[in-house]
Formats: sequence, structure tokens, C-alpha cells
Amino acid sequence: MRPFDYHRATAPDDAARAAASGGTFIAGGTNLVDLMKLEVMAPERLVDITRLDMRGIEETGDGGLRIGALVSNTDLANDARVRRDWPVLSRALLSGATQQLRNKATTGGNLLQRTRCLYFYDRAMPCNKREPGSGCGAMEGFNRILAVLGTSDHCIATHPSDMAVAMMALGAEVEIARAGGNTERLPLDDLYLLPGDTPERETVLAPGDLITAVILPAPVAGRQSYRKVRDRASYAFALVSVAAVVAVEDGKVARADLAFGGLAPKPWRDKDVEAALLGQPPSEALFDKAADILLAKAQGHGANDFKIPLARRVLSAVLTELTEGAAA
Amino acid sequence: MTEQFKMDAPATDRRLDGMAQGLVGAPLDRPEGPLKVSGTATYADEYRLENLAHGMLVRAPGNSGRVRLANRDAVAAMPGVLAVIHDPRLLRNPAQGTANKAPVQDANEAHYLGQPVALVVAESFEHARHAAHALKIELEGGTPRPVDPETAAIEPQSSKGLDQGDLDRAMTEAVHAVDVTYRTPSHSSAPMEPHASIAQWDGENLTLRGSYQMLKYNRNELADALGIHPDRVRILAPYVGGGFGSKLGLAPEAVAAAIAAKETGRPVSVALTRPQVFETTMRRSETRQRIRLAADAEGRLAGIGQAALVSNLPGEVFAEPVLQATHFLYAGENRRLSLDLARVHRLCAGSVRAPGEAVGITVLECAMDELAEAAGIDPVELRRRNIPEKDPESGKEFSSRRFREALDSGAEAFGWSDRPATRSRREGEWWIGYGMASAARVNVLMESRARVTLAPDGSAKVETDMTDIGTGTYAILGQIAGEMLGLPRDRVEVVLGDTDLPPASGSGGSWGAASSGTSVYVACQAIRAQLAERLGVAETELTLKDGQAVFDNRTETLAEILKGDEIAKEGHVLPGDTSKAVRQATFGAYFVEVAVNGVTGETRVRRMHGSFAAGRILNAKTARSQCLGGMIFGIGMALTEELAFDDRDGHVANHNLAEYHIPVNADVPQITVELLEERDDWASPLQAKGIGELGICGAAGAIVNAIHNATGVRVRDFPATLDKVIAGL
Amino acid sequence: MQTSLTINGETRQLDLDPRTSLLDALRHHLGLTGSKKGCDHGQCGACTVLINGRRVNACLSLLCMHEGDEVVPIEGLGQPGALSPMQQAFVEKDGYQCGYCTPGQICSATAMLEEIAQGWPSHVTADLEARPELTTEEISERMSGNLCRCSAYPNIVDAIRKAAGETA
Repeated sequence: MRPFDYHRATAPDDAARAAASGGTFIAGGTNLVDLMKLEVMAPERLVDITRLDMRGIEETGDGGLRIGALVSNTDLANDARVRRDWPVLSRALLSGATQQLRNKATTGGNLLQRTRCLYFYDRAMPCNKREPGSGCGAMEGFNRILAVLGTSDHCIATHPSDMAVAMMALGAEVEIARAGGNTERLPLDDLYLLPGDTPERETVLAPGDLITAVILPAPVAGRQSYRKVRDRASYAFALVSVAAVVAVEDGKVARADLAFGGLAPKPWRDKDVEAALLGQPPSEALFDKAADILLAKAQGHGANDFKIPLARRVLSAVLTELTEGAAA
Repeated sequence: MTEQFKMDAPATDRRLDGMAQGLVGAPLDRPEGPLKVSGTATYADEYRLENLAHGMLVRAPGNSGRVRLANRDAVAAMPGVLAVIHDPRLLRNPAQGTANKAPVQDANEAHYLGQPVALVVAESFEHARHAAHALKIELEGGTPRPVDPETAAIEPQSSKGLDQGDLDRAMTEAVHAVDVTYRTPSHSSAPMEPHASIAQWDGENLTLRGSYQMLKYNRNELADALGIHPDRVRILAPYVGGGFGSKLGLAPEAVAAAIAAKETGRPVSVALTRPQVFETTMRRSETRQRIRLAADAEGRLAGIGQAALVSNLPGEVFAEPVLQATHFLYAGENRRLSLDLARVHRLCAGSVRAPGEAVGITVLECAMDELAEAAGIDPVELRRRNIPEKDPESGKEFSSRRFREALDSGAEAFGWSDRPATRSRREGEWWIGYGMASAARVNVLMESRARVTLAPDGSAKVETDMTDIGTGTYAILGQIAGEMLGLPRDRVEVVLGDTDLPPASGSGGSWGAASSGTSVYVACQAIRAQLAERLGVAETELTLKDGQAVFDNRTETLAEILKGDEIAKEGHVLPGDTSKAVRQATFGAYFVEVAVNGVTGETRVRRMHGSFAAGRILNAKTARSQCLGGMIFGIGMALTEELAFDDRDGHVANHNLAEYHIPVNADVPQITVELLEERDDWASPLQAKGIGELGICGAAGAIVNAIHNATGVRVRDFPATLDKVIAGL
Repeated sequence: MQTSLTINGETRQLDLDPRTSLLDALRHHLGLTGSKKGCDHGQCGACTVLINGRRVNACLSLLCMHEGDEVVPIEGLGQPGALSPMQQAFVEKDGYQCGYCTPGQICSATAMLEEIAQGWPSHVTADLEARPELTTEEISERMSGNLCRCSAYPNIVDAIRKAAGETA
């Protein structure tokens, strides 16, 4: 770990000032400290934002929730409103990491966690994300956990969050205090960038921009599910995960909000998949067609080839579960 | 005064059965438990020595070329840095178990990616870690090296093999034949305590606080590596945070710490980081095993073939002894067993819990399951039919063998008769299946010494350099001494893990309990003889219980007999003729119920049972725990564990605990263990055999066989991760 | 860098390199080596301590961020002669072998019982809105953040049930 200046922010504007001059925000630190120890990340200044007032979960005027960026994964998963109205989010959180880590990890930090690609973590290996231009060690290496969608010739990293996948399915928005002083709201989908030829750029955030909250829209009718497939029964990152909010009306799919983890460099949502489902009577053939659309451009790299058939199976199982017994 | 005992004849007197204290075998709590649960047991890297400096090893970034420290001076000048050590005495890799001399020492050439080639020493851990990252290692003049065992140069290990009868012919004539090839990947011991040493010099004398399993060998290895006399080296290891083979031999961090401590004139701590544990401690070799089984219509084996390919670094003699228990587990006149060693530039291969049987029996047991299926015979019955009368190769008798009883008793306890037909039982998305496998592991007695002192107040102290790596040594040595001397457990103190004490067998190869236990037994026998002499009675007429001697209808307390004297005896056991006269091994059977998800291919072990026979059980609680541990290693081996090598440079890609998946609590059901009553007179005068490794010697096979029963999918490439299962669903 | 915090009920003032983790502060500077370093990256749980009553990986916590916090590592739960019920249950049920992961397991288990009492759900809780029960499955899932390579898991589950006052 390289030496750094430590600054404990006392107010949002103080945090912004400290960050604007080359600071990196730290909250739970579960990923940042991990990466700093390996010198994969080496901020010159750490701006500790844990004393800022961003721990509240408040109801918005239109029936949604505003989740402060510092709300811990534990508190968010435990929130009675989330458990009742947005269970897919509780489920996703509870399937991630461990109770110890969830107690530390925050909402904002979870969104911004880095990939678990083993070549990104190992400084002896080439990695375009860690060291642009050095190459990608994973492409022809051990890539079991890496992405099959949204990749580029430069990077096949996956985004490891479970929480963000559920938020993506729920159509969450991110509230950002821009370094310049403005506050903006972005759809979560727009927060993330695909690797393209700049895999080192993962989000649209500029230095000093701070995520202050996540806003969930009002709950919608339908069944919710988060299904995570992994290599151990617990304490493992997703190989494939699906977050789904599905409703059937009059025997036809009336809602199919779907997001996927473990497949792509960001929580993956594909509106074409959802469009194909809407208005159709649920059937195995329909789910297969949805999977065809989802995976049309999927590309494996050897050790992760299995994710393509696995994603198909899991998607079909989730859609079956959520449409079964619904009025035909 | 040393009492020597050589195991030349079976110990049919079974003296422990006639003792009165009732300690041996009892499920007593570990005496060191209160220290462990309160965080006050002290492990290697937990001594706050004055002026302690911290060292961090730096690795070779490739597997070939001359090592150059590109910015050594700049790093040496960094804040807090005390020294940058690049010394030819640094170890290339750890010593193999019982090596007793230093392994290859070479910091000048890279042999595998991850090899420690330098050490940065600094005032604090934080300074050392950062400076180690800053040190740039360049490799000059490297050439491509083989890293894949399938294409590397092969050295046949003919002394390990056997060609008896005509296996080819047996296969041709067989009514039921199986000819299959399985693969098992490399594994890491991954003990929870990373390897660590604190070295401290007092003049020319070195004290090393280390995390090691076999101190008497480690002392010689360390002395040899440094070029000093072993008398000048003392190693302390009272608590060791797990070993599983990876702490058998002296490892790079110890030598680096010793050199650094000498150079800086300060005590130096060097602890491996978790990635370094994965990259520089021993791996279990991957194996490719072709199994051939030739059977008649009733499933009786006429032939067994096992042809194994394993690998290691150039210069290392260790070749994973895959064939070890195949030599004697099953009958069959025609036998061809062979072992090939490929030379590859991956990290060193060595002992990981139950070297040989862990992979060899596991794969044999999968092939037996395939034979049972082919022959239409129940898997338990197939094993029963093939239990040989005598060792099928040497013709020797078995010392003791409750293999059949383990199969029967285990099947009964588990409810094996309820086994479903292949791919027939389903609960929602989950396929349910049962599987079983046999367990077998060779048994060995090793030279060992211990001193027992009976103090004038009638309390006893046991002292030896033996280690307790979680195995229960503190418990069982106290129980043996208490039993022999008639003392309650709390009147016996056990002191371990110090090379100033009489040298023991060390913990490894499952031999620790019986070997060190026998040395304590022998010392206690000598003390008993002396007590009897004082009382003028025959030692065999003396009953010792609760600190009192009962003889000739009289009772005296030990204090009265001792009259202010202490009696100190050293027990020294040596293996003898019984190790050659008979075939000694431990046996058992595993039974497993799995649920395999029909959508995702995920496997959950829902129930697991093991029945084991390992001679006299010294402590039913700690022995059971050892069996649990082995079986859970088996769960990891079956389902999740694999060192993933990058085929381009041979480095361990998943060198952390997030991606090298050892089982977590949720992967493990409430396993049941049955320990069968047994006495093995040939094994030791305790009639005890080893049990530390038996739990893993086939366990993974039972799980993979259960996956087949559940789904009809045969996974022949371990571990049975979900991708391999769904490929067959 | 000055940090003031409470450790096992005692106020401690430390002046350390900002890079120092809470775990290294305990182990290297306070002589509290009960909290173990198994991976230093939040991948094993051996360093689990209680911070303001919640279990946390001390290895991923920078000391300087814990100004004013209350930290209880294993030494604060009980000592030989005065073990906590959980510690005593681990001894009786052989919920450990080598002992290295044990302090983390016990800190974790101690917090876990409180979490269940407060109704926190887990990944295996069937009904997110119902009160979770102390089943084997719940204990195993909730303890999965603490690796044990000796693999004492079944005994750890038994110990926790015993400490919770149930028959194991």
C-alpha cells in the first residue's frame, strides 16, 4: 500500500473539495482497501466520507425509496419496506459476500466495486484495465469467472455486484453530486461504461463526483426473484445471476424487467429480451426465444463458455418460476 | 535415562486395556481449548519481540531467466527499509517432508512464477509491504519452459510400479471390464494460518518461531540451508494453525527471516501473504489416471490396472504416490500399476493431506462404481466380493482390517438400502442420489522420543518437540500419560513444539499420534517399573489410579512412594520388524447423499457418513474431528477445489481464497462418523493406527459417484463443477 | 496519525501510519493477537471482530477510519477461567482443531445469535418477512463468512446451537 494523505470529510462540500484535488472517496473500503494492499489502486489521498449524513432510507413522494449512499448492505437488506416491496433487492444483497462484509459495505461502494478478474488483481500479469495498453491476460488465460456479453478485444472483465443487478431490474436511478456542485440523477444503466478500448474507464463519474443516493421507483405489480448460481453454496461471486420482476395478466406477460449478473462488464439489461416477452403467453418456447435474443452476441473465451448455456437455463427457470400458476 | 523400544513383535499384551484411569479413548476436551477460544494461544507470527522488523518476500514474475533486482538501491533507500536481501541461500521451494536437509537453494534463477527471490526488510509491516511492491524483478535470458504435464518430459517411476500376471489378457477375457481415464487437479493445503517465521539471533545461536509440523527435521533443514551446525538452531512451534502437509518441510520464509535477522541484527518476522501461500507452498500434483478393471460375471476382479501421470519441478524427487493403497485394497491376480513423473515449471509438488490415496483411491473408487454399474451389482456388494484374503501382491497378512465391517456398518447407519436407481429420484429441480466409496490408507510408525517426568507431588509432565497442528496431540499425550501413571488428566502437563525437547516423529503421514504416543507410553512404562521396584512388586501387579498405587491389597499415594524424588524417563520408539512382516493399513467406507440441481448443475452434499477402523482410538472426540476434516476436504476435492494454472506460464491464476474454493460452512452437512472398535497389535504397543488422513482417502469418489446416481452424469475430470454436470444433463 | 477508539471497553490512543489496518493495529501494536490474519483480503473471516456491536473483517478496516468506535476482539469476549458461553461451547463441541480461525468464528457466532434475535434475514430464509429460526441451514449460511480448513463446521454448528441454549 502506497502512503496516502487521509482526510475525514465533515460535510459534502468539504468532501468534494478534498476529492477534487486528486482524492479518492472511501466508505466501507471492502474493495478499495483490498486493492490498495495489492497496489492495484494507489490513491494519493483518501477522503473518508463515512461521517457524512447519507445513511437514511426515505420514502419518496411517489412511493419509491431514496437510499443514502452510505446505507450498509446489511441495513438495506434488512429494511422492512425493501423486504416487502422490493424483495429482489433484499435477496440479491443477502446472496452477496458475507454478513461481515455486508456490515461494512455501502450502497454507493457496492455500485462502484471493481472486477474480480484475477489478472486485474495480479500486477505481474498484463491488464488493460489496470495498466492501459499492457494487454489482456485473461482473454487466453483462466477466464472462468469472466464476461461473455458486452466485452471488447481489450477486456472481458465482469462486474461482480449482486445488489446492482437487482437495482438494474428495478429501474433504479443514481443521485450524483457532481464535483462542480450540481446534483444529477442518472438511470443506473447510464452510470456504467462498457470497456471498448478504454477498459480503465468504468463509469461516467469524473474525479470528485460523489454518489449520494440510489432512488428506487415505486414498487410494481408482479413477482420478484433473484437467482444466483455460483461455485460454492455461499461466499462466492456469481457465475450467472438473474434479477427479475415479472407479471402475467390475462395469460400474457405484462412485465418482464430482467437484469443479469456474472455475464458482462456491467449489470446487464437488454430491453429487446423484455420486448420479446411482453404480450406473449408464457411458454418454454418463448423463454428460449428470449434467451436467444439475450445471448445472440455472447462470446465465450474457453473456460467461461459454459456461461452461455448456463444463462439460458437459468433465465428459463426463473421465467418459469415467476409465470407458473399465474392466471392462464 | 532413555528407554528404547523397537517394534519388532506384535504387542499382544494390550497393556492399555488393563489400566485403570479410563482416559485413553475417552472423548475429552482439548486441554489447550480455553487458550484457542480466547485468542491467547500464540502462533508463530504473534511474538512481540523488542525491535522486531518485518520482511516481505518478493517473487519471480516468470518461470525462467536470471534474476536481476532492477532498482535495488532505490528500494533500499525507501522510508523504513532496512535491507533488501537477495541471497543465494534463499530456498527455491520448501523441503519435502522428512527431507532432513535443505531443498534446492537458488535466488539467482527463476524456476517457476511465484518463486521467492528476494526479501525486503523494513521497520514496519506497512513499509515492508510497500517496498516489496516497489522492488522490480527482471528476468534475463529466459527460455520457454514446459508447464503442462501432458506435453512435458516424462520420468517413469518404476520402483513404485508393478507388473504381475497379464492384465491385457484379463481385460480381454473379462465379462465386465472398465477402462477409463480420470483427471484430478492440483490442490493447495491452504491452512488458515499463512506460513510465518520470526528469526532471532543471540550471537551465533538462532531461535526460530515457526509454523512447522516436523521440528527435528526442520531444524536440520534450516541449519543445512544456513550452513551452520544444528546445535545452534532452536525452533519453537507450540501452536500451528493447520498444516495438511504444507508445513512438513522447511519453507522459504524461514531461511529468509534467518538471513535477514543476521544481516540487520534484529529479530525479523516474515509471514507469507495468502497469494504467496498458494504460489510457494506445496501443491498436490495434478494426476491423470487410467484405470482398468477386469471382472467375472459376479464382479470378482481378475485384474487391476492403474497408470498415473503426476508432475513436479526439476530436481524434486517427490512423485505423488498415487498407487500406494491400490497395491492392497482389492484382490485380482493380474495387476499392472505404473507411475510417470512429468517435469514442469509449476510450483513445487509435495505432500497435501494423504498424498497418494487422496487421489489414487478416489479415482479407483470411481472406477469401481463404473464397474458396479456395468456388472449390475450393488457397489457395496462389489467391494465386499473383492476384499483380498491377504495382500494380493506380497501375500502378507493384514495386521488388522475391519474393512468389511466398515462397509456393512456404514451402509446400515446411512440407510444405503434406500438407494435410488440411477436418475430416478427428483425433488423439484433437484436430482437426488446416493454414492459410496471405500477408504484406505497405509499405516506407518516412525522414530519418536518423549520425556515424562513424575514430580514429587505426583503430577506429571510430558515433553517432546512433537507438534499439535490441530490433530489433538496435547489431548492424547496427556491421556496416555495419565492412563499409564494413574493420574487425572489435569495432573498431566504436556509441553510441545520446542526442539530443545526430545525429538519426535512430527505431525505428518498420519503417524504422529501412534509414534509420539508410543514414546510417551514407553517412558511411562519405565516410570511404572521404577515405582514397582520401590514398592517391591512386579510392575504388572501395580494398579495406578487417581494418584494412588494399589498393590498387594495396599494403597499408597504417588507422593508417598516418591518421597520427594522425581522420576524422569525418556521413551524412544523405533519402527521394527512389524512394519515389514505384515501389511498395515487403515480402512473405512463413505456414504453420501447429494442433490444435484437439474437446471444449474450445482451439487449439494445433503448427508455424509463415514465408518472407519484405525486401531485403538486415543480420543474419540478429536479422532472424530480428524475424520470430519478429511471428509470435508473430500467435499472440496469433489466439488470445488482446483489450482487453476495459466497454461502459458504455469502460474496459479486463482491464488486467493476468493477463487480457490475451499468448502464453507454452507457446503457441509452435519456429517456422521463411526469409529469401529479395533486393536492392531502389529502397529504399535498402543494398538493404535493413524487417523488424520483416512477421512479423505476416497471421500470425493463417494460424492462424484452420488452425482452419477442422481443424474446419470459421470464426471471424470475433478472437481465436478456445475459446468461439467450440465454438459451431461 | 492519531486515532482514539475504545477497545474492550478501554479508551486507546494510537499514533500510527495511516496505512495500518485495524487488524494490524491490534496484532502489531496492541498485543492483541487473538484476531487472526488468514488472508488479509476479506476472503476468510479469521480477523472478524465486533465494531459497535457488528461483526466486521478487521483486515479491510483502516484504523484511522475508526475514530471513536467501540471495538471488541476475541479477548473481550472471555478469557480462560471466565469463558463466554459461546467459547465454552466451542471447547465442549470441539468446534475447532488448529484454533487459528476460531477467534473469528466465535466473534462471528456471537454476533450472529444477536442478528437472528433481531430478525435479520439471510440468503436461506424462506420468508423475508417472517422471523428467522435457528436452524442448521440458517447457522451454516450465516457462518459461511468464516472459513475453517480443519473443517470443524459440523462441530461449529453444534457449538452454536449449544450456546444458544438448544440441545445439539
